[in-house]
Amino acid sequence: MSNENTLSNNENDVSYLEYKGKHSGILGWLLSTDHKRIGLLYLISLSVFLIVGVTFGFLMRLELLTPGRTIMDPQTYNSIFTLHGVIMIFLFVVPGLPAVFGNFFLPILIGARDVAFPRLNLLSWYLYAVGGLLAILSILLPGGPADTGWTFYIPYSVRTNTNVIPALFAAFILGFSSILTGVNFVTTVHRMRAPGMDWFKMPLSVWSLYATAWVQILATPIIGITLLLVAVERIFGVGLFDPALGGDPVLYQHLFWIYSHPAVYIMILPAMGVVSEIIPVFAHRTIFGYRFIAMSSIAIALFGSLVWAHHMFTAGMSDTGQLIFSLLTMIVAIPSAIKVFNWVATLYKGSIDLQPPMLYVLAFIFQFSIGGLTGVMQGVLSVDIQVHDTSFIVAHFHYVMFGGTGFGFFAALHYWFPKMFGKMYNIKLAKRVFWAMFVGFNTLYFPMFIMGWLGMPRRYYDYLPEYQIYHVISTIGSWILVPALFLMFGNFIYALFKGAKVTEKNVWGGETLEWQIATPPVHENFIDIPIVTESPYQYKDNELVLQTQEAK
Amino acid sequence: MFDGVSNFSQSTDLAFFFTLVVSIFFLVLITVLMIYFVIKYNRKRNPKATNVHHNTALEVTWTVIPTVLVLIMFWLGWTGYLEQSRIPANALTIEVTAQMWKWSFKYPNGKETDSLYVPVNKDVVLNLHSIDVNHAFYVPKFRIKKDVYPNQKRSAWFNATETGSYDIACAEYCGLNHSYMYNKITVMSENEFNAWLNSPAKHPGEILASDTSLIKLPDSAK
Repeated sequence: MSNENTLSNNENDVSYLEYKGKHSGILGWLLSTDHKRIGLLYLISLSVFLIVGVTFGFLMRLELLTPGRTIMDPQTYNSIFTLHGVIMIFLFVVPGLPAVFGNFFLPILIGARDVAFPRLNLLSWYLYAVGGLLAILSILLPGGPADTGWTFYIPYSVRTNTNVIPALFAAFILGFSSILTGVNFVTTVHRMRAPGMDWFKMPLSVWSLYATAWVQILATPIIGITLLLVAVERIFGVGLFDPALGGDPVLYQHLFWIYSHPAVYIMILPAMGVVSEIIPVFAHRTIFGYRFIAMSSIAIALFGSLVWAHHMFTAGMSDTGQLIFSLLTMIVAIPSAIKVFNWVATLYKGSIDLQPPMLYVLAFIFQFSIGGLTGVMQGVLSVDIQVHDTSFIVAHFHYVMFGGTGFGFFAALHYWFPKMFGKMYNIKLAKRVFWAMFVGFNTLYFPMFIMGWLGMPRRYYDYLPEYQIYHVISTIGSWILVPALFLMFGNFIYALFKGAKVTEKNVWGGETLEWQIATPPVHENFIDIPIVTESPYQYKDNELVLQTQEAK
Repeated sequence: MFDGVSNFSQSTDLAFFFTLVVSIFFLVLITVLMIYFVIKYNRKRNPKATNVHHNTALEVTWTVIPTVLVLIMFWLGWTGYLEQSRIPANALTIEVTAQMWKWSFKYPNGKETDSLYVPVNKDVVLNLHSIDVNHAFYVPKFRIKKDVYPNQKRSAWFNATETGSYDIACAEYCGLNHSYMYNKITVMSENEFNAWLNSPAKHPGEILASDTSLIKLPDSAK
């Protein structure tokens, strides 16, 4: 009995960072089933891959500075844009927010001590690590890195002699990591909510993680089996997709996008959750339209799963197919628009404090709006025929994936960093870095819209001279954006070692559960499981003002 | 920006223009409101916030208006697309073969070229196929693009409205020299086209050299 008491005392007093369980040292991390430690394992590994992906992107921009050869040959360029896509999508943006902040904060936000399946959670990190290593292996093995684009379109991907198989298996294994995280989160949200926390008392980021988790579970197996079939086709010569063997390349595209379009929502939904979480805190008022925001997450997950063939409007589908997929694509814009309007309305009569997380969130709304509106343009059939497979598309999805999810990720990092590590970064520097990121990002990607509409195809190593001006502006953008990114990481790393210590529970004045526990959290988050009686984001201290105003 | 030169450019550019105007309107609305609120309700100026929970009328408004607008956009795109998908009869039909990394064109009389020559103001149907991997036939100025597959037939058509020379690009990634799979489409008057088509000359320029009295070529076709 006394033993147990010491253990529980230990758990109550010591933060998860210092907690000593069965293992110590590095094993205490690599074998830990603590959701917070797993979240940090993800954060470290994702950051490494982000830096690799950014480097490849930076090199591509450098190559495109001038027509003809600038720094590399076409084969290298083709490999680099493939690796940039594979790494960014499968190793950074898809796992992104759920794996890092979902793992760390989902249980805390619903008042639980861990996720439902802690060991499965650790396994999913290991699968991620194995998938990541395979991806790296595919670069290093003889044969050369894959040069198919991240879409692995057939028949090119069964013809090329590069290392497509390791890259496919990397994506396959990463898919399992994603599925396991999804299973874990769905179960956790259903079964582990603190007493009193009914569905409409959940924080909005939990809603979006929950919607995301369902898409992860339902859509990811399709890409798994599809990539496996490509491997079967390549290795055994079975004709499935390759027309030379009697297969259908368009079938491959359907199967690919049945996953990869919903995957876009796997990427953006959690970031929308972060935005919904951060805005009320820094406007210090209740969120506008809680139920609309919550339900729009579900609507996005639902409709987003039914629009995949809008990636194939030039593939020669039937008119009926074009009609349905174009119409559904238009419809899926509505719940996103609802979210944006509700976020902006939440600023109304707030008391707005422009701290770094809020700056990133406001930039998210601006950039996501551009990404979303240009997405609607692409849903318009005749317009899509013009801009499909041009740099317009590249601009669009970078506005959503980077300007949206990426900035959402950075917002989350700035928001929760003090809670996670008990250290504060340099806020002044963080604000300056934000502006550099914002300017760099828009300079980098906006010109791509213009040249895309004018007819600059994507995945082009070389281009006609009339497009050079846009390429030059874009590359200059990368020279602002990339240093800003490294400065941001530098700010965090410096803060980890030398940053001001944070011990107060609630640095930003948030009203969700993570701000009511110790900083950094203790091993099992809550000494006593909280009983939830209120919806989140009440900000009751504002009510008095409202009442006196109404009385007037 | 709106310099298309085919029968589709008008409907495509109209759809693009409409969506662009609506998009700019909403982007400006959102951005201006955001900036206005951030300034007006800054913590220094407004230290105490007021809770506003929801407003159903507002929610309905900003659901219904965008829905109507996207439905209009959808309609513009759909009608434009239908025009492109209805392949006309009695058109000049040209067989297009794509391969890594070039195009070749075969005319009804058996003539073959690697650049495309077409008459102005006449329906032209392209039957597209590939002999290796996927490609996409893309003429930005004509607002047309169609994926080209091996062992599968696809067709596209257009009616060029202005003589001149325009770019053909491959828009579906096809390996090493994807970005060099460029070619030209030359639009000329019907007389010039017919004269060239029925002559042994590979390029219209060659006719010009042999019989200058017969044909006057547009500058861009030389």
